[in-house]
Amino acid sequence: MKGMTLIVKQISQLMVPSIFLLGIYVILHGHLTPGGGFAGGILIAGCFVLLVLAYGSDEVKSEVRKWRASFSESLGIFMFWFLAVLGLVQGSYFFYNIIAKINPGHPGQLFSAGIIPLCNMAIGIEVAGALFAIFITLAVLKAGEKL
Amino acid sequence: MLTSLILLLVLMILGAIVALESKDLLSGIISLGIIGFALTVIFIVLQAPDLAIVQIIVETLTLVILIAAVLKTTRKDTSEKTDTVKIILWITGLVCVIVFMLAAVKALQYLPEFGSAESLRMAKVYIDQGLALTGASNLVAAVILDFRGYDTLGEATVLFTSVVGIIAVLRTVGRKQS
Repeated sequence: MKGMTLIVKQISQLMVPSIFLLGIYVILHGHLTPGGGFAGGILIAGCFVLLVLAYGSDEVKSEVRKWRASFSESLGIFMFWFLAVLGLVQGSYFFYNIIAKINPGHPGQLFSAGIIPLCNMAIGIEVAGALFAIFITLAVLKAGEKL
Repeated sequence: MLTSLILLLVLMILGAIVALESKDLLSGIISLGIIGFALTVIFIVLQAPDLAIVQIIVETLTLVILIAAVLKTTRKDTSEKTDTVKIILWITGLVCVIVFMLAAVKALQYLPEFGSAESLRMAKVYIDQGLALTGASNLVAAVILDFRGYDTLGEATVLFTSVVGIIAVLRTVGRKQS
């Protein structure tokens, strides 16, 4: 896929950092404000999509290789499973909020609600990887190329 | 509020019909976007900001992905149907619509009145004790990641499986040249 004009390249260069930051904000504050893992993960995937569309797939390919969409997707869902199984450690049930019982924190602060923000992070990584993998597979890959 | 909801639903149905009937795939995808963005407005009207945020971002990104995929391949709808197939599809569709309408008329009697979720037993418990039990001040996050954690795990697994399926079906490595 070829890149777009200089105007699009410059504008996306300005926009991508703020979109990425907004995605991280939405994920981290998922237990305090509207948003959460799904919305933030899709914002992060969207900024990679914007880069690929603006600069062309050949230019971003080495950068994309480093991030490895399918790997981060598997990592995210593995983290989510791990957090769920963590509840079984104390002899409690699946998805038991073990951290909130040890150190509850004050409601409304960033470090509160136990495993809920950690689950949000796991879902964010998974969704970002999944959406970007779908985009690469459908729109970018040529014959004989690996993800 | 009910009038605006009905107007938006009519707009969504029109968008769906245009998306199905258009011969140009690009305009079909763009009219598919009408459904998603009207759904976003409906979520805002019903005061559900969480869903509205997720819906507007997902809709934008999936539209971009679909448009990129269409521009890479072809814009023409190449599927051709014979007259018998068309008649069979019409009859099947009509039967499905009638069965769904009858089932909905029967089933919707048992739902609580529109906009009165407080009368539901579980919703009342979530609203009253959600903050005390989980410590998350966003009640939606408390419900989807604590009370209903299994559902979210299943949802994430569905997304994972669908991506694995897409990569497996559309893989380009090792495909035979025919």
